[in-house]
Amino acid sequence: MQKTLFDKIWDSHLIKDTGQNENADYPSGPSLIYIDRHLIHEVTSPQAFASLKQSGRKVRRPNLTIATTDHNVSTESRSLPIVDEVSKTQLETLSRNCKEFGITIYDIASPDQGIVHVIGPELGFTLPGTTIVCGDSHTSTHGAFGALAFGIGTSEVEHVLATQCLWMYKPKSFLINIEGNLRKRHAITSKDIILNIIRKIGTDGGNGMVMEYRGVAISGLSMEQRMTICNMSIEGGARAGLIAPDETTFNYLRGRRYAPTDSELDRLIEFWKSNLKSDENVKFDRVETINVDELAPQISWGTNPSMVVDITDSVPSPEQFAKSDENKRKLAIRALEYMDLEPGTPMTDVRVDRVFIGSCTNSRLEDLMEASLVIKGRKVSTNVRAMVVPGSQKVKLQAEEIGLDQTFKDAGFEWRESGCSMCLGMNPDILLPRERCASTSNRNFEGRQGSGGRTHLVSPIMAAACAIEGHFVDVRDWF
Amino acid sequence: MEPFQDIKSRLIPFDMTNVDTDQIIPKQFLKLIQKTGYGGFLFYDWRFDRAGNPKKDFVLNEPKYRQRQVLLTRDNFGCGSSREHAVWALYDYGIRVVIASSFADIFYNNCFKKGLLPIHLSQDEIDYLFDSEKNDDAVVDISLANQTISISEKIIDFDIDLTRKKILLEGIDEIGYTLSFSDQILNYEKAFKVADYNKFLVRD
Repeated sequence: MQKTLFDKIWDSHLIKDTGQNENADYPSGPSLIYIDRHLIHEVTSPQAFASLKQSGRKVRRPNLTIATTDHNVSTESRSLPIVDEVSKTQLETLSRNCKEFGITIYDIASPDQGIVHVIGPELGFTLPGTTIVCGDSHTSTHGAFGALAFGIGTSEVEHVLATQCLWMYKPKSFLINIEGNLRKRHAITSKDIILNIIRKIGTDGGNGMVMEYRGVAISGLSMEQRMTICNMSIEGGARAGLIAPDETTFNYLRGRRYAPTDSELDRLIEFWKSNLKSDENVKFDRVETINVDELAPQISWGTNPSMVVDITDSVPSPEQFAKSDENKRKLAIRALEYMDLEPGTPMTDVRVDRVFIGSCTNSRLEDLMEASLVIKGRKVSTNVRAMVVPGSQKVKLQAEEIGLDQTFKDAGFEWRESGCSMCLGMNPDILLPRERCASTSNRNFEGRQGSGGRTHLVSPIMAAACAIEGHFVDVRDWF
Repeated sequence: MEPFQDIKSRLIPFDMTNVDTDQIIPKQFLKLIQKTGYGGFLFYDWRFDRAGNPKKDFVLNEPKYRQRQVLLTRDNFGCGSSREHAVWALYDYGIRVVIASSFADIFYNNCFKKGLLPIHLSQDEIDYLFDSEKNDDAVVDISLANQTISISEKIIDFDIDLTRKKILLEGIDEIGYTLSFSDQILNYEKAFKVADYNKFLVRD
């Protein structure tokens, strides 16, 4: 039988198949799946541990879980005390729980601290062919390595801690072919690719499915760029995104802390090469193709990640949607009101107050290098407050080693400590009401970056150029 | 988890698509370390103005909708963040059933961990329910055992996976159930040499 990459990972993790096929124990229902890797953080884990303790249960495999603090940590100097008492309690609770249950934690004092989806790959904890979960929807990021990775709720965090398994209904498969390539197109990034995909399929286009990304454009991407794509699969409704591992993937793994070493790695690579790809003639439940040859920088105008246009476009009019869907029209009216945008305004005329470069989508070294390309010798507009929040302490250190911190600081950007920061504003990094932000994060929902704040999703290089000009620009003109 | 009881209630018409979990429970309320106490923060930024006063034009603030247990809404309810706090907030507020034309996957899954029933209906059925609320303020009788919504002489059937139905009806402790498969889990771990996990996972 022909299988997709997803089928293969699924099948190799089945403990009890209770659904989906005629031979199953029951005609329908969930299957019990083994979970190889579990990442936890301070926000979605406290209730899981509390409940575990209440029922007197243990953590089945403490070494298959690692923890970090990222969501509500301050990105100001790490030597300052934590002012927010409630955040402090959450951070201390995680440390205490990890100690009690024997789980390794990379807390704010650790040189390995960072956003959970940045440090997983960085430490080599994320490996091809594994199942990876975390109480965070952007766990889809790890799919860039050919791992089946998805977000779970707190009750499932507890379930994984106690059993190292999850009950799952097998999702359907969705292939996204990405044709064309990005060579010699400095200003177009994988962020533009994924925003364009979500624009096409909608925020629920991938509901109930696992998306596999394939094509020449994907093969040419680095691991960090692939992570950006898989990261936002959830914004298209898919719990998981997948990219088959290749030489780029294998080279990334070498020398990382939790990754296999030398001969073991070579042996595994041979195994992964022959096993971790979709069979040639396998049929996917849904297939879409996009071509990136003519792709323009993408920018969101509304309050969900499918409300996206080309940078050369104008703010759309709700009437554009009237024919296809009345609900879409209503949504557009509401979004324009919230975003305070007039239909017909060129996107390049829209001015911003804030620029945020960071988040599990775009805070890795390459993202920062890319952003730095357009700021050398320039200054952040006087009306803009711009910040760079590296995804991890390691990213921060690597960036500092090549002088990126100085480049950003010279241009007038704030250079911060690592964390989720203004992607979701659980720490003091938030937008004020009515402030408009060019953000490299993943969600432009109402109030996401602060009550009343207005978010436009863009790539790091677009965000950096916007910081300089004080309004959105077509960054292709700068090359 | 409390077993799910049949519900008799009028509807809360929540006529929106793509309601995300950032709206259901905004991030500033995710710092608690308990599972309860979120009801007051449900839809906080939509429910209250900046001074913390209820916004008059928001549906949940209309007194007649206050005690209702069934939220009626449209496509892709619960999209975005995986925060189970969204389910806890709805439940804590008093909602026991959410009826929508579609749900986001993680939210849907999370509902069953708390005893909140998500019902998926067709666009036409959803429209019918919105009309029934608007015109007659109709009462709905929801029976999970029979998988029916009874409203003004009409009965609407709904689908639900049998396992999930059982979990809700009996309030099953899922972890306890899974632990009854401990032998199979151990066998799997042995077969795949999970003991080597500190370095890597071997899958021969």
